[in-house]
Amino acid sequence: MADDAGRLEPGGGEQRGGDVERSVLPPVRRPTELERLADWFDGRTGFGRYARMALRKVFPDHWTFLLGEVALFCFVILLATGVFMTFFYTPDSRPTTYHGPYAPLAGAQVSAAFESVMRLSFEVRAGLLMRQIHHWTALVFLGSIGVHLARVFFTGAFRRPRDINWLIGVTLLLLALAEGFTGYSLPDDLLSGTGLRIAYSAALSIPFIGPWLASLIFGGEFPTLELISRLFVFHVMLLPGLLIGAIGTHLLIVYVQTHTQYKSRATREDNVVGLPFWPGQVFRSVGLLFLTAAVIALIAGLIQINPVWLYGPFIPYAVSSPAQPDWYVGWLEGLLRLGLPFEPTILGVTIPSPFIPGIVIPGILFTILLLWPFIEARATGDHAEHHLLDWPWESPIRTATGAAGIALFLVITLAGGNDVIGVFLNVPVETLTAILRVLFVVLPVATWLLIYWLASSQRRRRAAGADTSHIRAGGVAIRRTATGGFEEIDAIEGDAD
Amino acid sequence: MLAAVGLRPYGALVLIAATVGAWALIVGPATLVAGAGQVNQVASLDTGRALYLQGCASCHGSAGQGTPNGPSIVDAGAAGADFELRTGRMPLAAPSLPEVRQPPAYDEAQIEALVAFVASLGNGPAIPDVVASVGDLARGRQIYIANCAACHGATGAGGTVGGGFVAPGLDLADPRTVAEATVVGPGPMPAFAFDRQQLDDLAAYVEELHHPPHPGGLPVAEVGPVAEGFLAFFVGIVTLVAVARWTGRAPR
Repeated sequence: MADDAGRLEPGGGEQRGGDVERSVLPPVRRPTELERLADWFDGRTGFGRYARMALRKVFPDHWTFLLGEVALFCFVILLATGVFMTFFYTPDSRPTTYHGPYAPLAGAQVSAAFESVMRLSFEVRAGLLMRQIHHWTALVFLGSIGVHLARVFFTGAFRRPRDINWLIGVTLLLLALAEGFTGYSLPDDLLSGTGLRIAYSAALSIPFIGPWLASLIFGGEFPTLELISRLFVFHVMLLPGLLIGAIGTHLLIVYVQTHTQYKSRATREDNVVGLPFWPGQVFRSVGLLFLTAAVIALIAGLIQINPVWLYGPFIPYAVSSPAQPDWYVGWLEGLLRLGLPFEPTILGVTIPSPFIPGIVIPGILFTILLLWPFIEARATGDHAEHHLLDWPWESPIRTATGAAGIALFLVITLAGGNDVIGVFLNVPVETLTAILRVLFVVLPVATWLLIYWLASSQRRRRAAGADTSHIRAGGVAIRRTATGGFEEIDAIEGDAD
Repeated sequence: MLAAVGLRPYGALVLIAATVGAWALIVGPATLVAGAGQVNQVASLDTGRALYLQGCASCHGSAGQGTPNGPSIVDAGAAGADFELRTGRMPLAAPSLPEVRQPPAYDEAQIEALVAFVASLGNGPAIPDVVASVGDLARGRQIYIANCAACHGATGAGGTVGGGFVAPGLDLADPRTVAEATVVGPGPMPAFAFDRQQLDDLAAYVEELHHPPHPGGLPVAEVGPVAEGFLAFFVGIVTLVAVARWTGRAPR
């Protein structure tokens, strides 16, 4: 049996086997309730044909293909815990007086939003647990998206025809970042208010349109009474809606295009080898869902996160230190901290210093990430369809570029915590920032060269037809020739060059 | 009557004795202690001067006037000297070293002697009276967030303030040194003019920060999202990748 793409799927012939099996069943057996229900439903919708196709869908079998599923399951946990929290959260910036059980805030002027988060944390049964699971899951969600993205990138899974799904995937990453930042800001505590102030200032720094744009988004000059209710609509309605739609499209495209697979004896460009969805992948996926939930629940149940009662309500004149965003926004914070005090005046308009590190560089980085499949296709001239994945050494330039990107991300993320790391390493923060500015340029370049050299030497070895990676230093690899003699593999490698 | 007549002179005696006794009981000890204090103070000033010349004068000068190696401490006062000595920031092993909190180099009596001597050099601030137990937590929190959290952090974990300076964590700060620090403004820290009530409130809140409630479990977030991020990545993500590796192992 072949699917629309003309690709063979093992298990496609099972339909006939099923018919044969049914014919040997005792003819007098009454259908079970479940079968009758399925029949009822099928008779009205014709759903059975599609369900059978979906259940027979072949899932190529490799553990790295589960990383995206981890992200999906994190999203499921986020939805469940998030819905719980909306029952108790008040999206309102208006001031009220705190009268809850936390003594140091007794009688304090807080926003209704902050008051409701305090109530959720201290008075609602399991409220703090839900908050902690939600927050820890958000941190892990972005991380699992990153790991999934790295897998897709380094194996070249984004190549035609999946370049379209890469675009949706990077959009998902952007939506998840926005979702994370808006959620982090909802408690209206001192720390998140500082983050919003920074976001407001970055928006202000856009030349010509900045003040109008910032005023439009924030509803006036920061801090505004509209802010929390707007963030709430973004966090619980607009962004989750877009995320659900984009995730659905992401998965539908994987279904329609079939999944990629690693090169092996069994796999070809025109087949898909793996487990059927039922009975096979479904148990693996459900198991992974429960394990993901278990790991996160364990972390969230034991380790406190974001103690808003210590930070207290947002007060415009106060600030805490150290002040960081959640880790996935740390790279933006880091770019601002590494940014030079450079404010050119162009056409009589001063370009404020946050503009280049806070808006331009992130914009460039995300554009490169988004358009990478097209950049690579144009650079290599390879516009063909690919269903078999590359190993990372098979494309040294791509792998080196990805590694350099990770190195850059690492440097700017660490820069976002330069004050904490400076204290930890006992280095003045100015010295550390100067070092990180140098690393911002040097480390990605050095990483690129190192990884390019490693990948291309690996590729040369493999192209020579021998895997010499197991040879210890000082050892010699020999192999038998067609004529029965022996030769050193190094000699062959030299010839290949 | 005879008895009454006979007792009268004794009665006067008893009255006098009782009065003297009571006066002695009420005033006497105070006078005695005050007298002893004066004696001690004189002794302290001598001891203090000796200790000062031995441990401090090489940088701060023989009369606290300062030298190229160290600033003038003429007006450091009892509060300044007590803060520096009690937190082990002074004396420095070498003038170029940074001041860091460590166990005090002197014992209690020596510190008192040195403090008395430094206080006698000029018109510095006295050691403030502070009682954390009568302070109000809510007011203390407001004072702390408005004035202290920008450097010492909302959780009291401390943080960097630039120029190579670090605002120390407040886990060891007792009410006395907290109050002294606000009066003195050591290093890059500004001096504050809190009244007695504000000092009590602030000290109470700093005490609270030593043992804040941690209803959520292990308090890793005392230094904020940096610690949370490290944990999310190196515990959360690493574990989940391992879980995916295990879940995705080849079927038998």
